[in-house]
This record gives sequence, structure tokens and C-alpha cells, in this order.
Amino acid sequence: MGLCLYGDMRKLNPSKTSPPATPPKPAVSAVEMGARQRDISVSEFFTKNRHLLGFDNPRKALLTCVKEAVDNALDACEEAGILPDVVVKVEAVANGEPPLPPSQASRFRITVTDNGPGIIRQQIPPIFAKLLYGSKFHRLRMSRGQQGMGISAAGMYGQLTTGKPVQIISRTSARAPAHYFEVQIDTKKNEPLILEKKQIAWESQRGTQVTMEVEGRYQKGRASVDEYIEQTIIANPHARLTYLTPEGETKEHPRTYPQLPPSPREIKPHPYGIELGMLLKMLQDTKSHWLSGFLAGDFSRVSPRLAEDICKAAGLSPRARPRDVHGQAAETLYKAIQSTKIMAPPTNCLSPIGEKAILSGLYQQIKGDFYTAASRPPAVYRGNPFVIEAGLAYGRGPEQGQESQEKQAMPLAEGEQQQDDNELARVIRYANRVPLLYQQSACAIFKAVLDTGWRNYGVSQSRGALPSGPMVIFVHMASVWVPFTSESKEAIADYDEIRKEITLALRECGRRLGAFLSRRERADSEHRRRNIFELYIEEVVESCNRLKGGRLPTAKLKEQLQKMALARTGGEKTDELLGKNGGGPEGLPHSIIVTSEGVEGEVPALIGEAPEGAVSSNGAPEEEEKTAKPSRRTGKTRRRRGGKQRTAGKPTTRAVRRKA
Amino acid sequence: MAQKPRRTSAVEKKLVGVADVVITAAQRRKDPTLAIPVRSLSNVTFNQRNGLIEMGKRKQARSFFNVGMAKKFMQTVLVADALCELQRANLTTSLREIYYRTKHTIKNSHENTLDTQDESDPLIEDLEVTLAALREELHVRAENAGSVVGPLVLVDDGDRVDCAKLGKGGYSVPSIVEPEYLQITRCTADFVLLVEKGTQWNRLSEDKFWRTYNCILLTGNGQPPRGVRRLARRLHEEKRLPVYVLVDNDPWGYYIYSVIKQGSINLAFESQRMAIPKAKFIGLSSGDPESYGLPRNVGIKLNDKDIARARELLAYTWFQKKSWQEEIKRMLSSGLKYELDALANKDFQYLTKQYLPRKLKEKDWLD
Ligand SMILES: Nc1ncnc2c1ncn2[C@@H]1O[C@H](COP(=O)(O)OP(=O)(O)OP(=O)(O)O)[C@@H](O)[C@H]1O
Ligand SMILES: [Mg+2]
Repeated sequence: MGLCLYGDMRKLNPSKTSPPATPPKPAVSAVEMGARQRDISVSEFFTKNRHLLGFDNPRKALLTCVKEAVDNALDACEEAGILPDVVVKVEAVANGEPPLPPSQASRFRITVTDNGPGIIRQQIPPIFAKLLYGSKFHRLRMSRGQQGMGISAAGMYGQLTTGKPVQIISRTSARAPAHYFEVQIDTKKNEPLILEKKQIAWESQRGTQVTMEVEGRYQKGRASVDEYIEQTIIANPHARLTYLTPEGETKEHPRTYPQLPPSPREIKPHPYGIELGMLLKMLQDTKSHWLSGFLAGDFSRVSPRLAEDICKAAGLSPRARPRDVHGQAAETLYKAIQSTKIMAPPTNCLSPIGEKAILSGLYQQIKGDFYTAASRPPAVYRGNPFVIEAGLAYGRGPEQGQESQEKQAMPLAEGEQQQDDNELARVIRYANRVPLLYQQSACAIFKAVLDTGWRNYGVSQSRGALPSGPMVIFVHMASVWVPFTSESKEAIADYDEIRKEITLALRECGRRLGAFLSRRERADSEHRRRNIFELYIEEVVESCNRLKGGRLPTAKLKEQLQKMALARTGGEKTDELLGKNGGGPEGLPHSIIVTSEGVEGEVPALIGEAPEGAVSSNGAPEEEEKTAKPSRRTGKTRRRRGGKQRTAGKPTTRAVRRKA
Repeated sequence: MAQKPRRTSAVEKKLVGVADVVITAAQRRKDPTLAIPVRSLSNVTFNQRNGLIEMGKRKQARSFFNVGMAKKFMQTVLVADALCELQRANLTTSLREIYYRTKHTIKNSHENTLDTQDESDPLIEDLEVTLAALREELHVRAENAGSVVGPLVLVDDGDRVDCAKLGKGGYSVPSIVEPEYLQITRCTADFVLLVEKGTQWNRLSEDKFWRTYNCILLTGNGQPPRGVRRLARRLHEEKRLPVYVLVDNDPWGYYIYSVIKQGSINLAFESQRMAIPKAKFIGLSSGDPESYGLPRNVGIKLNDKDIARARELLAYTWFQKKSWQEEIKRMLSSGLKYELDALANKDFQYLTKQYLPRKLKEKDWLD
């Protein structure tokens, strides 16, 4: 949750607004006005400005509530070093009336359960019923949440629209009891009201469960809860996520990546990253007694020597008391900092998803023929380190391709055309692993995608538009501070440094896609050539036979022509181009290629499932499969792939045989 | 047509030859290839001596084992097959029926042999030129798009047709008028007047111009179809009748005249059978508006296409006569074109009563 509360509150405070220039006759006297001045609590403010926090309309509000709870669950698990196992349940609530189908219901109960560290008893009420209460605000470390606002705002939205309290169950270990709370927020005071608290028996040994009842609207499609879940999985393949939909379906998303992302370090702010106001605040708050000590101690990458240099450049004494530096002096100091050469901030505060995990996520969630992922090295904008990662999923997957071919089996009438769909690529955007579902066109990621010359990579693109084709473009920005264009955290601001990194990452993915497409194109055209001749030979022979009055030895002619056809389409070469001899995605790092013959590349193995069917149909010995983890998903299989086992050509290449 | 005697025609043999090309090449492990004469301006020459546009020697190879041509080759063989079927059944058919006859889904695929008629029409022309067979000989007919009236007696499928007794509608000229289908039994006319436009032919027919001037009135409603051209040619050749051509005064009118006279670029090989090198251009000439006092306001401004086309005509070798260069340049410099219909501005019967009589009297035509 993000909200530039400081600025907004200032605007709100009437005492700071200057009176009208020359009022002919003041309708209200200063005394009267003075009598009306009073404090505005955050919660009151929020009540009136809920759109700032993502509660503009019922549909978006439902999404925001789910998102806040899930983001917190993932944050908590990761921080505690636990592989997340999260269950999201969204149910339509009848509210006394006869139950409505989810698409028409206006009230929903959201329950999110995690296996995280749990929350100690005393913290539960303020976390869920006090705005601006949290553990992540006062530090510079990459996490999903920042402001200490998210879950309490969601709870308050529920309270405002349905009057129902937030219900929490939390337990910190198997030995500790589970606590049950019902809390509401006192909007005047921004303080929690505890309606109910007790110890209960809970089946989970550890974790937190939060339940909210809110006004909402459930509609699938763009920017829906379903899309949020799907996109969350892609960027968080280390999480197991179960989604119980309002329609009563259970969607299981197994963990597809076995490791937690490395835990990001907390860093001190980099001097380039702060604004004057922040510097002033830090000068006031610091525990250091000397200016040089403050500079060296409260910032990253400022050595005592460098601190002295800065002081000298600003014409200030290194021994000055930080609290005494204000006004003009602070401004000079600020300028001196900006013009001093300071090393880029450390980047261990970042925890990018990683190419392997991105591939894994894309491969599991999106049907395609080709996947690739590229991470950029860390870069810095305004003193904030960040990493850009991009990924691509291209194609419809071999099954889809076959299906559409079958659909075409009907002969076409005149004027009919083989439908070539002009669908545009889909861009999925992430900031610190959280999908961004709104305000696409305002986002630096979207702009970088438009600016990339996709045609260079064999993908069509009209001017100023997204590339077209069955393609999903994934971009993730990981940073201690993601610059959003607005409080509602929906689009990334367009900094040159960020845009450049996104573009570079996209180009890398584009190049690999281009290589894949041209390889496939070549193979296809050879294949087509062979097919063409084979198809037409039949027609030509039949016609010749009729011309010859039906007295032609057709088999002989056909054979002669077929021999020539084969010779002319370079038999083995074509096989090679078609990848039938095990070329693999060579030269294409961090990529997966899927054909109807099988899957090549860094195919993720599914975790936590017993290897079944280890004997491959071609009778390959077991050892050959040690890098490959044959897996079989039972029940709620999301995607299936068929095909033959391909023997790994390179040690880094894994091939997976999946049984459909 | 059914009672026409069945003859193993030369054409049938030529069509079977297409199959032989494939069979022989296959035996020799060679790529089956058809050599198809190029049908374009670059491959025609104007023979000054006989006044005909003739096809050059350039040919293009159509090979089966070439990805770009394989389908066309297959289609060509398919069309040859269909044409041969017509020969054997002694039927005639239209271009469109050929298209339908040869269209089917290729075995083991969802691909059609042909998708539109635009694909099969040029193949028929390809076969015409490759096999040196006329379209009529291939038994492919066009629509009946022409009419004739005048002192002429024909026998069509055994029926006697007296073109002087068919009212003002006349006889609809079939697309195949070869002697085995249509015989000219009597013709007492002095000349043939070939009119571009049906409207003006109607005018002349209604006014019984043919009776007054003892001529045969022919029209092809625009670019005359092969049947009309062939009939004019036969009347010219067999009955020694001079042919006068009456067209609109615009580049398209000039070109229609030139096709009648010297043949067309596309089917230059047919000039031998179709063209009438002695045909005369009687009007509308770019000089006529002045000579006949047509007001400027019944002219139409030449558009960019007209101008471009006129310039092309100026460059054709068969338009190099001084009189023709003058004729076309005069139109270009006036910037106007005139329709035959514009003559009605003076009088409804101006064409019949004034214009043509004076033209004929003054022998005011272009060669
Ligand atoms: N499921 C959970 N398990 C453990 N701790 C949690 C959980 N949910 C929230 N918390 C704690 O409660 C705090 C407040 O959460 P809240 O969502 O209000 O703010 P935030 O996540 O810090 O920032 P943001 O407003 O950006 O979401 C968090 O900082 C975290 O320490
Ligand atoms: Mg949060």
C-alpha cells in the first residue's frame, strides 16, 4: 500500500491554506474558522479518499483486499525463511437474501491463510485495525509491502461497506496456542477496537489466517482476482498457492521452484536517493553527534573520509551538530552531496526472481512453444539500486497448434481465409514480485515494450502498438524503492535509467525469440516444401492419368516423382532444421522450446511429487533420466504435454517427459 | 452442340501432351517443366508488314519442383485435364465452369486446388499460348455479349437466322463463331460498322441505319468479345467487307480500335485469327468536336488515368503513324474526351442522320 500521506495531509490542513486575497466581506470570521479547525485522523481521511488506496470500485476493491492479504502472507513467509503455502478463498455472501451466483453477488468473504511465522498476540489488533502500522516502512529493504497500511485499509474498507469486523487467527508455533481475534478500527482515533479475542484450537501449527467481508464484484478477465493469482504464480514459483474461487472451484498451483529467493539485506539510504526534505528529517532524527559521523553512519557508501570531503565542499564543520544544520546550510549540504562522486549502492538488498524461476513460472502458467528469461545486472536510479528481469512466452503450444489445424480441416469456400488472428501481445508487469494490473499505459514497462523494435526479432508490430502474436511479455522490477507514478502503486515511473534497463532486457529476450523463430521458420519452410510436393504429386499424377485416358501406370509415376521430391528437399538437413536430431535450444540460454516431439531446455521439475512412470517408452535406462524428473500431475492438471523423451544433448539441458 | 461430329482433334492431342511432359521428365529424373510464352508488352512486336501484333519468342519455365511454382504447375495440369475432358465430351463451357470443375480439396489436406477464378483464368490463357490453341478450339466460351443486325443470313446449330428480320434487337453473337458452329450463308452488305457502345448500336438499329446504308451493325458492348471480333474478321475476310470502327473519343476507345485492328498484347498469338489490319477508325475523332460543332461543355475532362493511358498509346509501335500521333496529341492538348452519346446534344438522330452519313461521304477516317 502506498500513500503520500504527508503531502496529502498538508493539503488537507486548512490552517496552511492562505486566506482569499481581498475578501470584500468575510462570510466567516477568523475566530469562527479557528473554532472549526480540528485534527483529521488517517482513517477519516481514508474513508473519504478510498480511491487513493485502490478501492475505487467494487471490482477493484475485491482485488485489492485479496492482494493486500496475499502480499503480506508472501512477505511474512519469505522474511521468516519459510516456503510459502498460501490458501486464498473467495466466497459470495448471501447477506440474508437468497444466494446469488458469484457474478451477481455484491458481497464477498475473503479468507487468506498462510504458513508464515504468525503474529504475536499483542500485535494482532494494531496490524489489522490501525492504519500506518507495520514493520516494513522504516527500513530500506525489498519487500512487497511498504507502508503499513495495506491490510488495515482492506479491513477498514470491509468495515465501511459491510459493517463486519476482520477475523484473525494466528499461531506462532506448534507449542503456542492459536489466537482468534475480531477487530474493528475506531476511525476517529485510528485505534483498534477488539470485539472478540480467545484462544482456539486450530488445525495449522503455524501461520496466520485473515477473514474479511467486503462489498465487491466478481468478474473474470482483465485485472480480476483470477488474473492476479495467475500472475502472482508466475513471479513466485517458490510459492504454493491454492485458490478456492467464488464458483466453488479449487485451483491448485503447486510449487514449481524449490528455493526461496535469497533473503534481501536491509540497507541504509544512498545519498543520491534522498530529497532535501528527507535529509532535513534525517538530520533531526540522527543519533550521531557530529555531521561527519551522521553522513558516514546513516548513509550507505559514505566513508568517514568521504564524509569529511562532503563537509568541506559544503563549507560546514565536520564537527557541527547535525541538528543545527538547517535552512541554507542544509541546502548547501544537499548540493554538496549531489555533486560528490559516491559509489553506487550495494545491491545485496535486492532479491531478483532469477532466470530459472521466471522460466519455471512462465512455463507452468502459460501455454507456448518458446520461453526465455533474462535478468539484468543491478543498476541504480536516484541512488536506489534495482534489477530488471524480463521473460517471454511465445506460441500457442503444440496441442493448440494441432487443434487449430484440425479446425481448418473443413474446405474453405471462396473468399474465406484461414483466420490469422491479430491478437496483440500481453504484457505482465511486476514490481517486487507483485503483479501490476492497472494503468498499463502509464507504466515505464509498457512504454519500453512499445519502443522495442520487435520486428527485428521476427514479430510483427504496427507503429506505436504492442507487438502482435501469441506472446506474453514479462517484466519485473526489483528495488528497495519502486518509483510508482501514483499512490495506488499501479505503474512504474518512467526514469531513463529504468527504461534503459527494461529495454536492454527486452532486447535480449527478443534476440533469443528471433533466433528461435527464424530457426522454426526455416524448418517449417523446408517442411512445407516437402509437404507441398507430396501433396501436389497426387493431383498431378491423377490428372496425367485422366489425360492419358486412364491407362497410366500411376504408381510408377508417383514413385518417380516422390523420389525427386525427397532429393530436392534435402532429407536429413530438414530433419536437422526441424530439430529432430536433438539440436536443443543451443545458443539460447535460459530458454525452453516446446514442440510436439517434446520439450527442450531448462525445464523445471515439479517439486514434492513422487517420480512416477520412470521407465520411458523407448526403453532408455533409468540413469539417463537422473536430471530429468518425470512427473505426473494428477487431478487438477493445468497443462499437459505429450511427446517423446529426448535424450539430453548437453549436461545443462534437461528434458522432461510428461505423461499426459 | 451435342450433334457435332466427334473428331479426335489436334487440340486434344496437344492437351495430352501436357501429361507427356510430366511422364517423360519423371522417367528421365528431370524436373517436369512447361515452357510458357510470356504474355506481356515486353514480349510482343508489331509486324509492320502485315500490321499485326505478334508474340515474341520469350518463354518462361514453369517447373513442378520449385516451391514457388509447384502449385501453379499442378493447377495447369488440372486445367489441361478439364479442357481435355471437354474435347472428349465435345462440350463447350465457360471460364467459370472450368474453375468449378477443377476446384476440390487436395487429398490429405485442407488446401483447395484453386481458391478463386482469378487463379484458373490465366492458366487457360497460358495453355492457349503454350499449345497454340485458340480459346474456341479449347471449347471455352465467353458470355454472348454482342449483337448484330443487317442483311446477313447465318446458320447456327442448323437454325437459319436472318439478321434483317430480327427487329431492332438483332441476333446475339455467340462466343464461338467458327465455321463448324456458325455458317454465313448470305451477305449482301457493303460494309461492317462495329460500334463500341450498345446504346449507340441501339440508336442505329432503331433508325434502321443498316437498311439505308446497306451495312452490318455489330457491337460488343465495350471491348468486343472474341465472338464479335471473329465474326467481323470473317465478314471482312470471307465477304470482303470493309470494317469501320466507331468508338468513344477517349484512350480506351482508341485501344479498342487497335485491338480490333492489330490484336491485343495479352493474346497476341491470336492476332492471326482475330485482327483486321484494314479496319478503319471512323470516329469519334478528337477533331470531330470542331468539325461537327460539338460544344465544349459536352466534353469530359481527362483524368489522370486517361492521360497516363494516352501517353502509353503514344508509345506503342502500332500507334506511330503521324495521323495517329496527331489524333492522340490533339485529345491530350484539348484536355477533353467525348462520348458518342454526346452527339445527342445536337439532335437525337444526329449520329444516324448527320454524323455517319457525312463521315462516310467524306471518307473521313483514320487507318
Ligand atoms: N500474514 C502475516 N503474517 C505475519 N505478519 C504480518 C502478516 N500480515 C501483516 N503482517 C505484519 O503486519 C504489518 C502491517 O501490514 P500491512 O499490510 O498493513 O502493511 P505493510 O505490508 O507493511 O505495507 P503495505 O501498506 O505496503 O501493505 C506488516 O508490516 C507485517 O509486519
Ligand atoms: Mg501489506
